[in-house]
Amino acid sequence: MSFLSYLINGISLGSIYAIIALGYTMVYGIARMLNFAHGDIIMVGGFVIFTIVSTLSLPPALGILAAVVVCTVLGVTIERVAYRPLRGASSLAVLITAIGVSYLLQNVALLIFGSNARQFTSVVNVPSLKLAGGALSISGVTMVTIVTCLVIMVCLTQFISRTKVGQAMLAVSEDRGAATLMGIDVNRTIAITFAIGSALAAIAGALLCSAYPSLTPYTGSMPGIKAFVAAVFGGIGSIPGALIGGILLGVIENLSKAYISSQLSDAIVFSVLIVVLLVRPTGILGRKITEKV
Amino acid sequence: MKKAISLGLAAVMAASLTACGGGSAETTAAGSEAASTAAEGSESESTEAAGESAAAEGGTIKLGVIGPLTGPAAAYGIAVQNGADLAVKEINAAGGANGVMFEVKAEDDENDSEKAINAYNTLKDWGMQMLVGTTTSKPCIAVAAETANDNMFQITPSGSAVECVANDNVFRVCFADPDQGTASAKYIGENKLATKVAIIYDSSTEYSSGIRESFVKEAPNYGIEVVADEAFTADTNTDFSVQLDKAKEAGAELVFLPIYYQEASVILKQAADKDFAPIFFGCDGMDGILTVENFDTSLAEGLMLLTPFSVTEESSKAFTEAYVAAYGIEPNQFAADSYDAVYAIAAAVEKAGITADMSVSDMCDAMKTAMTEISIDGLTGADMTWNAAGEPNKAPKAAKIVNGEYVME
Repeated sequence: MSFLSYLINGISLGSIYAIIALGYTMVYGIARMLNFAHGDIIMVGGFVIFTIVSTLSLPPALGILAAVVVCTVLGVTIERVAYRPLRGASSLAVLITAIGVSYLLQNVALLIFGSNARQFTSVVNVPSLKLAGGALSISGVTMVTIVTCLVIMVCLTQFISRTKVGQAMLAVSEDRGAATLMGIDVNRTIAITFAIGSALAAIAGALLCSAYPSLTPYTGSMPGIKAFVAAVFGGIGSIPGALIGGILLGVIENLSKAYISSQLSDAIVFSVLIVVLLVRPTGILGRKITEKV
Repeated sequence: MKKAISLGLAAVMAASLTACGGGSAETTAAGSEAASTAAEGSESESTEAAGESAAAEGGTIKLGVIGPLTGPAAAYGIAVQNGADLAVKEINAAGGANGVMFEVKAEDDENDSEKAINAYNTLKDWGMQMLVGTTTSKPCIAVAAETANDNMFQITPSGSAVECVANDNVFRVCFADPDQGTASAKYIGENKLATKVAIIYDSSTEYSSGIRESFVKEAPNYGIEVVADEAFTADTNTDFSVQLDKAKEAGAELVFLPIYYQEASVILKQAADKDFAPIFFGCDGMDGILTVENFDTSLAEGLMLLTPFSVTEESSKAFTEAYVAAYGIEPNQFAADSYDAVYAIAAAVEKAGITADMSVSDMCDAMKTAMTEISIDGLTGADMTWNAAGEPNKAPKAAKIVNGEYVME
């Protein structure tokens, strides 16, 4: 029974990683860049919700809505100001800019909110589920997280395969030059990608802080890195890959904490990543890359 | 007139040059003395309490305070700053120690070793002659190496890692980590709080792993069985569900949390979500849990912690009143530790007949002997004495949180 409890907690943690990993994977797939500021957008979302729900005592739904709006605007602005001018530059320059943006967000939050941690009031008001006579208890936020993750996944795949914008995204990710020739506005498509990724980050922020109720300006950085690992794990650029990578990562992390060592869990997670990448360099669902000479 | 201005400017320049020279290569006692005189000459406007009494017969000794004034451990550093400030004001108002006045200045280290060294250097530039600090263990170990080099007297109110007082120029007011672990095991065993105990500790801090180690070693002697021994690190300090599940699974009646209050507040929340309600028992790092922003303090009801100080104690009434009047919040044990540290310094200064014009090194040598000869009735213990290793000798006490207040057991 305890195994089941660890497993479910792992899936819940993994679902949060998966939602964050979606932001990484979409941006990478379409803009071919690693947006390291993604984790910090989660933190911004967390603070927006905290301010609205705990400081202004407004309803949680309003908080989540505001966080989604703020993060979307923030994501698009960052793309416009920091990344678009560097579109033609080397990928290393873009990577360093992304790290710069990440530090900028952290330090601005540090300036506004200070570094004292806050206890986050959960925005999920679902009672916990008791199974097997109370031996197995699944908290409300765990269930909501898993369901949300699945819903987002289904909506996103439908969006990409059924809508024109989605098709445009696919085309840009296949070949940016050819997409431009076909009349697709690449800048607009990339901006939409950032908007979706950042909106997802806001939702991930709400779930992350509800499940692990401590909010600091650094809240997003470690989950951000883990989600990046999950994205690479599942095959960066692939949306189902982000789901599989995220959930596997969460489950491995929790089970190794439970059965091997609570101290070594991170080391084990990253060792698994190395092994997977040795066997499948493009990740579990990554596309095979054939080098043409 | 013009001449007078240019002369004055030249004098200011010369003074600032001396100060810079002393500040950059201040390893000799002579250098730091030069810096302190220069600083005194040019910065008299920055002195607060002791400014007017600088001309008193024994002079003014400059005490530096280092601690996290911002960041997750800020509750500790601010308390240490306030405690020292209050003690200095009281001592000065009562005529000083043998006529020697004190002046105190605090610098922020954000609980970071590197920043603590920077803070130490900033304070030396100011002319610090003794150090009250640092507040937390890790930075304290780093700074202790510097004070040993400079042979500057240091007393840490709350740096509890063993290594903090490894050098003979450092003393402390709180118990050492192993002593806290041993004292916790003893307290839990003798008061029959539990026989099955789970531990959740932070393996990335010396503080937490030090206490846990001695607790595990001592537990069998008091009939305590450690049924779960779980760790987390600074990178995994938000999700404790597995550790709590394992503790619950193992049937722990008490969960020992030798960690800082920040993580503890998350653990209490997650345990409540799991309907897991054992006794939670912490050490001095737990102090401050009631100050976490937006924390539901009812979760901390019944939490026990090893603490040398409680505002509800009869002996700390006067201190608490003065503290609340001055700083607007209730003092915690860190404030009490630092208050005692300053009183210990004053007692030792009096005993050894130290004056402010002595060099930092001579002062330190005199203090080393004097500290082992004094005995003070402090807030954190009656008849406190120190041995040459820098460890205090006093009886351990524990408190329980009842209705949002610490109540001594």
